[in-house]
Amino acid sequence: MNLVFALLALFCLVTAVAAVVSRNLIHSALLFVLTWLGIAGCYLWTGAEFVAFSHALVYVGGISMVVLFAVLLTRPARADEVAALPPVPIERILGGLLAVFMVASVLGSAIVTSRFAAPAASAPVLTVRRLGELLAGPHVIALLLVGVILTTALLGALLIAAPGPGGRRPAPAAGADLEELPDATDRGTASESMRERGTR
Amino acid sequence: MNPLHAWLLFSSALFCVGLAAVLIRGHAILVLLGVELMLNAANLNFIAFWRYGSGNAEVGVVFVLFSIAVAASEAAVGLALVIALHRHLRTVRLSAANRLKG
Repeated sequence: MNLVFALLALFCLVTAVAAVVSRNLIHSALLFVLTWLGIAGCYLWTGAEFVAFSHALVYVGGISMVVLFAVLLTRPARADEVAALPPVPIERILGGLLAVFMVASVLGSAIVTSRFAAPAASAPVLTVRRLGELLAGPHVIALLLVGVILTTALLGALLIAAPGPGGRRPAPAAGADLEELPDATDRGTASESMRERGTR
Repeated sequence: MNPLHAWLLFSSALFCVGLAAVLIRGHAILVLLGVELMLNAANLNFIAFWRYGSGNAEVGVVFVLFSIAVAASEAAVGLALVIALHRHLRTVRLSAANRLKG
């Protein structure tokens, strides 16, 4: 197997594992960006240049910025929680690793035992012109639907993330917005207890 | 060993790392990033079958483009949900968002 592919795969896996085990959220997000760059390199190495560049544009350029903004906007209020996330309980780690091991063994055995036909001697060529003809010809309805999905999803994201018609509310009252409390005077204490439940 | 085997093993390893992020980490943003990693592993499979599979699989590349677009909108909605969760509960740990629990 080619050395370049081995290096790219190793890079992707190492950065992904480091991102998952990292205690610092910003380090995790930046390591995921490195993983996405490595995946774009894999696409480039196979010869799917258009997919590689669109993947790099969307993930490294767009989604990473959105993720970093979300990380910075949802920082905990107290300064001592900023650096490190709370540790994960050991039973949760063991259970998660067991589930991952089962999925990995099923996938691995299915891959190793299947027989594939020998690949073509030369790489298939897919020019951007051919890709455009495919997108605008047989798959044009899917292309339009993807545009509708993107527009709707981004408008919905704006609606969900916007602070509501009253503009930016003061912080203590913001917790009691989702629920219909029977007594309006309970709102402050309800949000306090919710916050305690969250930190426990 | 066919190069397709190596590609599929690599993409399933990435999928498992993403699954570990979803199952083990309780932070909402990390769970979302794990889901993105699993989607990327599926996209790698499409590209691998286009490159090394037998037959004409050009439609796989087109499907990857659509999948990237859907993943982008999913990330936008997911992170907006994370921000809304933080605004309402003052935390982003998923174990705290249990108000619908019976």
